[in-house]
Amino acid sequence: MKNPERLDNKLNGEKIYSIFSYVVVIIFAFLFTFPLYWIITGTFKTKVEILATEPVWWPSEWVLTNIENLMSKRSAPLFDFTIPALKISAFGYVFKLGSAITITGPTVPAAIRWLVNTVFMSVTSMLLTCLTAAMAGYVLAKKRFWGKTLIFTLVVCAMALPKQVILIPLVREMSALNLYDTIWAVIFPIVGWPFGVFLLKQFAEGIPTEMVEACRIDGASEWRTFTDVMFPMIKPGVGACAIFTFINSWNDYFMQLIMLTSTKNLTISLGIATMQAENATDFGLLMAGSALASVPIIIVFLIFQKYFTKGITMGAVKG
Amino acid sequence: MANKNIVLNMKSRKLMMRETVTSYLFLTPFLLFFVGFVIYPMFMCIRTSFFESTLGEKDVFIGLENYRTLYNDPVFWKALKNTMIIVFVSVPVTCAFSLWVASAIAKMPVIATSAFRCIFYLPVVTGSVAVTVVWKWMYNNYYGIFNFLGKEMGLIEKNINWLGDEKYALWCIILILLTTSVGQPIVLYVSALDNVDKSLVEAAEVDGATPMQAFWKIKWPQMMPTTLYILVITTINSFQCFALIQLLTAGGPNNSTMTIMYYIYYNAFKLYKYGYGNAMGVILAIIIAILSAVQFKLGEEK
Repeated sequence: MKNPERLDNKLNGEKIYSIFSYVVVIIFAFLFTFPLYWIITGTFKTKVEILATEPVWWPSEWVLTNIENLMSKRSAPLFDFTIPALKISAFGYVFKLGSAITITGPTVPAAIRWLVNTVFMSVTSMLLTCLTAAMAGYVLAKKRFWGKTLIFTLVVCAMALPKQVILIPLVREMSALNLYDTIWAVIFPIVGWPFGVFLLKQFAEGIPTEMVEACRIDGASEWRTFTDVMFPMIKPGVGACAIFTFINSWNDYFMQLIMLTSTKNLTISLGIATMQAENATDFGLLMAGSALASVPIIIVFLIFQKYFTKGITMGAVKG
Repeated sequence: MANKNIVLNMKSRKLMMRETVTSYLFLTPFLLFFVGFVIYPMFMCIRTSFFESTLGEKDVFIGLENYRTLYNDPVFWKALKNTMIIVFVSVPVTCAFSLWVASAIAKMPVIATSAFRCIFYLPVVTGSVAVTVVWKWMYNNYYGIFNFLGKEMGLIEKNINWLGDEKYALWCIILILLTTSVGQPIVLYVSALDNVDKSLVEAAEVDGATPMQAFWKIKWPQMMPTTLYILVITTINSFQCFALIQLLTAGGPNNSTMTIMYYIYYNAFKLYKYGYGNAMGVILAIIIAILSAVQFKLGEEK
């Protein structure tokens, strides 16, 4: 028989430990949220409070000067795109139909344009990645064909490789393709990154093959089988892939840094980094920029965090 | 009979052909991006590392010259040493810390678990630039809270220029790196702890195992694949630590925070030595591959 007193002691010890761990985790949680708190309060502090040697923990009055400052620093058109002139070369002659048309939007603060760029970049990468990865993941999981093992091996190997290794050749490739300093130079490599394929192959493998076969026997075309049967069933996986790509491309600073140069093409993180180089100690301005860069993505993360967590854990299975 | 077999064989081969063609049609969009913007540059990275290559000039083949220069470059060795310090400090600390946090929060009610999981993931979502900028302020010599708190608590006597001092700069960067790298491991460990076979743990408890024993003997071995995966991704992430260095110290003071990743960037995009940068990239990839292989070997043995 167990000694009741010892049992009591043991329970006490466990209790103390669990209270202790609660307290420590809460302390750490505070430390982890502090930088974000500091960004948001810093955005609304006056210059005096920001440069105080004794930190001001809570702004005594909330001012918008930093945000106004951020908005007036630089400006750029809200959007602009060019429709190139149609050129036909034949028999050594070049026929030119019309001339290039450039459509330019109204001038707005550069920060707004950067935000537009970032949203466009993240959304486009997300859509393209989900579509290509769902199609590729489906056949890699459910079809038998020549060269499958090779492709899958390449996918896994590429995932383990540091992305930055390919960046120098990528810059030259993009210049050769006339894509350097356009948002596409950032989007395309993200779409090519094989994590999404890996994730969705994992998901598609969980779908019973009979479902796909039954559909084929009923006479549906390959494309119909994919859109009407497969796609709805791997939707949770596609959701995870979407949110994962969205957040990662939003924050993919290195790629943006080397590909984008002109003011109107910057992303919001890159814009803040550029401002940081110019106004190193105007912390109010930098906090306002940081808030603009991080608050939208944090809200997206909080809304979809369930899918996000799923994406992280699914990617690790058998990883 | 034989004739029939041949006909069948022909049919199945035809079917196989069709299957292959359809599969490749489905794969084409992905392969276009994958080959064009991942595989081809990868190949080019290796190729260019044997060339003298710079902006606006033709590449000149120089064999292993880039690698030889690399071998004799003291800054490269310094960068390698710093990178190794970052990796060997941040990987174990990240793993241990996230394992502890995960096991502490996994026992809590579901709402608390997911709230804490979110909080520890926040620095990752916030984005490297925003995180770096705010830390730069906190480390600031005159207006930063670290100097204020340090003096208040009597830990330091006078203001320390955290990022400008060779003694502290690298450690300051490691601290930020830690806060941005525990998020994913915590998510993974929480789900791994959730998937541990509960009946085994209960059986052990009935047999009188202490929580510590139950953890190390039952749960830990079952979580080995997760630990392995975390080790590999944390190692890769620590090697790639770039934004922190670029925005905070640019490798300084006196190269004390120079890392391979930053040195590659510096050579390629400041000095335009593409070939040299690529040679370094190849070496970096080899080091990461070796470390990952070692981790897998160790994990398998256990």
